[in-house]
Amino acid sequence: MDYCPHTPDDIKQMQAAIGIAGIEELFSDIPGKFRIKQIPDIPQALSELETMSMMSDLAGKNKLPQFTLTGAGSYHHFVPAVVGHITGRAEFYTAYTPYQAEISQGILQAIYEYQTMIAHLTGTELANASMYDGASAMAEAVVLCAKMSGRSKIIIARSVHPEYRQVVKTYSWANGYKVVEVPYAASGQIDLDVLQKKLDDQVAAVLVQSPNFFGVVEDVASIADSAHNKGALLAAGFTDGTSLGILNPAGSLGADFVVGEGQSFGNPLNYGGPYLGIFAAKEKFMRRIPGRLVGATVDKNGKRGFVLTLQTREQHIRREKATSNICSNEALCALAAGVYLAALGKNLKRLAELNVYKTQYLKNKLLELSGWEEVFPAPVYNEFVLRCSDARKVNKKLKKEGIIGGYELQKDYPELKNTLLFCATEMISKENIDKVIEILK
Amino acid sequence: MELIFEISKSGRSTADVPASDVPAVNIENTIGGKYLRNELDLPEVAEIDLIRHYTNLSRRNFGVDLGFYPLGSCTMKYNPKVNENAAALPGFTGLHPYIDERSAQGNLQLIYEMQKYLCAIFGMAEFTLQPAAGAHGELTGVMIIKKYFEKKKQKRRIVLIPDAAHGTNPASSALCGFEVMELRSNSEGGVDIEHLRSLMTEDVAALMLTNPNTLGLFERNIEKVAAIVHKKGGLLYGDGANANAFLGKVRPGDLGFDVIQLNLHKTFSTPHGGGGPGSGPVGVGKELVDFLPVPRVVKKDDKYKWSEKFPDTIGRVRSFYGNFNVVVKAYTYIRSLGAEGLKRATEMAVLNANYVKEKLKPYYNLPYGRICMHECVFSGSRQVAENGVHTTDIAKKLIDYGYHPPTIYFPLIVPEAIMIEPTETESKETLDTFCKAMIAIAKEAKENPEGVKSAPVTTPVTRLDEVLAARKPDVCCKR
Repeated sequence: MDYCPHTPDDIKQMQAAIGIAGIEELFSDIPGKFRIKQIPDIPQALSELETMSMMSDLAGKNKLPQFTLTGAGSYHHFVPAVVGHITGRAEFYTAYTPYQAEISQGILQAIYEYQTMIAHLTGTELANASMYDGASAMAEAVVLCAKMSGRSKIIIARSVHPEYRQVVKTYSWANGYKVVEVPYAASGQIDLDVLQKKLDDQVAAVLVQSPNFFGVVEDVASIADSAHNKGALLAAGFTDGTSLGILNPAGSLGADFVVGEGQSFGNPLNYGGPYLGIFAAKEKFMRRIPGRLVGATVDKNGKRGFVLTLQTREQHIRREKATSNICSNEALCALAAGVYLAALGKNLKRLAELNVYKTQYLKNKLLELSGWEEVFPAPVYNEFVLRCSDARKVNKKLKKEGIIGGYELQKDYPELKNTLLFCATEMISKENIDKVIEILK
Repeated sequence: MELIFEISKSGRSTADVPASDVPAVNIENTIGGKYLRNELDLPEVAEIDLIRHYTNLSRRNFGVDLGFYPLGSCTMKYNPKVNENAAALPGFTGLHPYIDERSAQGNLQLIYEMQKYLCAIFGMAEFTLQPAAGAHGELTGVMIIKKYFEKKKQKRRIVLIPDAAHGTNPASSALCGFEVMELRSNSEGGVDIEHLRSLMTEDVAALMLTNPNTLGLFERNIEKVAAIVHKKGGLLYGDGANANAFLGKVRPGDLGFDVIQLNLHKTFSTPHGGGGPGSGPVGVGKELVDFLPVPRVVKKDDKYKWSEKFPDTIGRVRSFYGNFNVVVKAYTYIRSLGAEGLKRATEMAVLNANYVKEKLKPYYNLPYGRICMHECVFSGSRQVAENGVHTTDIAKKLIDYGYHPPTIYFPLIVPEAIMIEPTETESKETLDTFCKAMIAIAKEAKENPEGVKSAPVTTPVTRLDEVLAARKPDVCCKR
């Protein structure tokens, strides 16, 4: 393929206009001894037909499952057709960041609407235009809390997604913060007693997820009280965003920040990315939060319009004093999320309820099998943990039938031997579940 | 235009939810009333209204597919459609990140090969594809540098950054606890070597250099620069934002760069999506491979798997494996162009930039007259002095001519900067008509400055009150 429209004659004319005899002259600033003639070890160019057939072969080496019972931070939901049709519009996807507001009103308004929907959904007063993913959103909240408070201790629940904890640890190490983990109680919720013991006046932030990694709904209000009593801020995340269709959001329960993964809203699994980090906050943090913010204003004629605002928080203005270094975000994924939420509207509640029905059905059916038991008694949304006699064997059996089983928790939680974290979204039919039970009988 | 909330009407919806095929349970009993929300405030719109709303919004947006987009430093080249089709294959979009590796061999092979191609193109020992964007890659790169010195038990506090650098460079350094010191540019737009010598001590961890720099100029003294930094035990970091200038011509690894980050959404043609997703791979030299984020793909007996067994790693910077589907598009691009095609892309990008530079030179101040690489930087200072017309006015006027404006007021060392990056996918005809517009604007600035200052007039809104937006922020619609 060649996407350059230059004919030999064009090149000749352009060289003449510049006053050079050959293209090579344009590269004369590069010291000769370092110049190369050709990139080594790259396969030959391909035609479009060959490209597509090569890529199809590569995609064909992946084995798509019949269905999946794993969530664990990435959720298989139905995406209404409207989402792809809107994000597929080249006016949106081939644009850059909306620096020039007058010709970017489309994405600016769409993001403003997204910010509003996310703020309502999370029970906060504002949300930014998105971060990279749920994990980095949580890590950025850590940095912000530490900067604002001058404190350097971070408390994170052990029931937060293992990879999120790793990302938080990486960012914390780079900034010299100390990360303390708080265990979960027998219920599957955070151990509030231990939390209170570990909280002191050095703690900048407390980090939890609700639902947490085990699918368990946390008592966010009590956690918020504990954190605030010691002057710490609470950044609460969630696992599957669709849970917000029925669950009281952390922002309404006292969390200062709500940070989580927005993939569930209209974005495919995509083997882990691109996803979008949701970052929402109480109004008082507006001038400190990381990331882009779209604000409404008026033009010279008093007409409503939208701009990127409060940019003095950002790296291109404040450089090393900026809140964060983030520049590109996940705008197109946020657009997908906005369209998804607008498409569902109040049906998000029904969708969430359907997830609960499927989950309870799967859970109850599995518990009817001999040797299976519940691990955590606390309420769950669409994920739950069960213990069985041999978790690996269960997944192998399912795999043979083209089904992805549960997530094996043992690798992140050695104490949770032979436990599986299952997820049942609306994509799982009764027939699917009955088949699983048939296989495992 | 109305907001989606303003067209909302109770009782409407676009997406329906299927009836349950399993028994319903009582939600309040199952989850507990205290955990449930009372209200759910989302728009209620019928499908046709939703489609018209967002379609009309899209018509108020400008993308590469609509016209010329010479936004300097952002490399707004054409986004080939075959990339989109390849990335949309269900085999790529449909896999859960925790699927067993044997079922994901296509993805793992793609990631593995992509890393190898990037190593070949940039002359680095190893790459990670985990960072989600350029700035995220910078942060990862600086973390790697921090870890390297930690391992060597050296406490170095400082990162040197040229005055012309992107704002993300100092911000990324600060996010890793480094102190930033600014390095001056010399009169020809390169590194001030004497200043570098005076700043480069054993307290300096790294110099972050963009090459070609943000003036679009290649650092002629790069060998000397690398030697000065390395002699004091420091590392040379390369901001690869401008990599479109040198594919197939020179390799940063050969020039002495120890770490570089790329922007696949610039150099490797993946669309920028109105602000993202991007992808910011980081490449390192031999000494730094151990510090790369985990997990990493390893190949054994023609099988690929993920490995976390790298004890010196900085850890993770993102969940899962980064923006995988963006990588698929960039991989498609590299495979369809091949080595020759990548080189031709660079050659045509540099040819286009120099052509525009020559054509506009008589009409706008050109602070650095050298041959440029993939972009050229003018100054609107003449128009300010002579006509009171500022760069922002020129940019807004270009909108009325049907173009996306260049990057303006950056780099900071050029007053009233106008940074033009045409990219290789634009034809001579497009450049000619663009230059005609720029020349016409220079003329109008002289003859009718008010006409330039009142632009744009062809857009759905005129210039917006940014001061009001910042003073009375309205970032969430309150109904």
